[in-house]
Amino acid sequence: MYRTKRRIVRGLQIFALLLVLVYTLFPYYWAFVSSTKQGAALYRSALLPALDFTYYRQLIDNPIFMGSLVNSAYVAVSTTFLSLVIGVSAAYALGRIDFPQRRAMLMIVLMISIFPQVVVLSGLFELINWMGLFNRPSALILTYLLSTVPFTTWILTTFIREFPRELEEAAIIDGCSHFRILTRILLPLMGPSLASTGILAFILAWNEFLFALTFTLTDENRTVPVAIGLIAGTSRFEYPFGQIMAASVTVTLPLIAVVLVFQRRIVAGLTAGAVKG
Amino acid sequence: MSAKLARRDHRAAWLFLLPVTAVILLVAVWPLARTFYFSFTNAYLDDPSAYSIVGFDNFIEVVTDHSWWIAVKNTLVFTVISVAIETVLGLAIALLLNSAIPGRGLARAAILVPWAIPVVVATKMWEWMLNDQFGVINKILSGLGLVDHGIAWTASSSLIMGVVIFVDVWMTTPFMVLLILAGLQLISPEIFEAAEVDGIPAWKRFWSITLPMLRPAIGVAVLFRVLDALRMFDLAYVLAASNENVMTVSIYARDRLISFQELGVGSAASTWVFLLVALVAIIIIGVLRLDRATGA
Repeated sequence: MYRTKRRIVRGLQIFALLLVLVYTLFPYYWAFVSSTKQGAALYRSALLPALDFTYYRQLIDNPIFMGSLVNSAYVAVSTTFLSLVIGVSAAYALGRIDFPQRRAMLMIVLMISIFPQVVVLSGLFELINWMGLFNRPSALILTYLLSTVPFTTWILTTFIREFPRELEEAAIIDGCSHFRILTRILLPLMGPSLASTGILAFILAWNEFLFALTFTLTDENRTVPVAIGLIAGTSRFEYPFGQIMAASVTVTLPLIAVVLVFQRRIVAGLTAGAVKG
Repeated sequence: MSAKLARRDHRAAWLFLLPVTAVILLVAVWPLARTFYFSFTNAYLDDPSAYSIVGFDNFIEVVTDHSWWIAVKNTLVFTVISVAIETVLGLAIALLLNSAIPGRGLARAAILVPWAIPVVVATKMWEWMLNDQFGVINKILSGLGLVDHGIAWTASSSLIMGVVIFVDVWMTTPFMVLLILAGLQLISPEIFEAAEVDGIPAWKRFWSITLPMLRPAIGVAVLFRVLDALRMFDLAYVLAASNENVMTVSIYARDRLISFQELGVGSAASTWVFLLVALVAIIIIGVLRLDRATGA
């Protein structure tokens, strides 16, 4: 009796797990299937891909799409690098040095990471115009720091606090400067923390839409999300879903690869900020 | 520690904080202050230098605009329903992944996929799947004999909010799952073993042990999700541009500001968004604190 009950529960659990897998993975699979079908085949719902890569070849030959890929990579890599450098420096002060305004500073950082981007839109618009950065990908690097820097600071602070203080005690007694403690003792140990924080910042920058839509104007300066968002057909009935799915699969593939490879690190980064905060 | 050493430490701390302070001042505090300032002017975006101060006129114009209140209603409906569904679904999936079943490692990896996909891409994928004529969802539904002809999911004014919530749930439930799963792993298994030995039924173990112990984790996750949902822009914008049925307060503010070039009114709308989000944040944090205080 107990055994059969146990078996039924187990069966139900596995069924639920399969449902979760289909729910999370099918849309991406379907995008891939649709991106390899041509013409009328796209509108028949065969479940297997036709493996016709015409749309992908068209994408590679499309200088505007390739240009937006380059822009996205440039913006996301620069944003990630800058926010890691700024974040590590701030996290060391917030995680290791006792000073009176520490709690207040942490609260400010947290508050900025949650306030809506649209609120600073007009002020940023003016700032970017004034700096002569309007319609330049560099404008996006500057504005993305608004969301990535508080985020990297917060997560790296939790990571730094997890290191035992004993690590630096000898160095402090020897009169080592804070800068040397950070660069010589902590940084060499922080590879994994930097990797998980960096991946999260990269995803944030790669996926951003509102600022990219507002601060760039011409096709050659767009990032990928905006380029895909603005693809339109000549009419409602010629909406190029095949091409859009090919572009979607292309820009998402690197993200999914990174996420699956660094799965544990990403979960560590995401939960480090929230659970202990 | 001597006072001199402490002072040296304080100076070092601010040196390390210099870059982050500069960034915060440049891209957060200054633009925020300018937004507040512009909301009291009648400036236009094409020539922001020519303006005069108009007092609270812009704020009044926004709250007397019917579209603004539609946007507020949409944003609140979207936030409440999508976060509620995400919490329940996230809790269910987290509990499932926390039990010892084969394939849970695979599922834990798979759950990250919707989270990593850009909002724009996820929206386009579902838009295609929900297409009235050729979408796979309608094909499946009609194959099962549930509908006679395709449902116009994204074109119908009554269904489109449902679609927005549905896609958001798909994208953000993983975040909930991960945070709740982390909370679950903090609960020591001995408590459950003791309860099981005492013969306490499973539902009661869940209701009286798991749920109370998960309260902090769920509270933080809900706070983050609510604040994120309140500022939602990309999903509704990509799916329906400025369609009033799903227009959020962020879309409304950006429309006034960029599409209509009304720097003054747009800034006032942005300031209202700021106040709305701040109010909700204060309420939720207050409830969480109260929770903690009564729980202690």
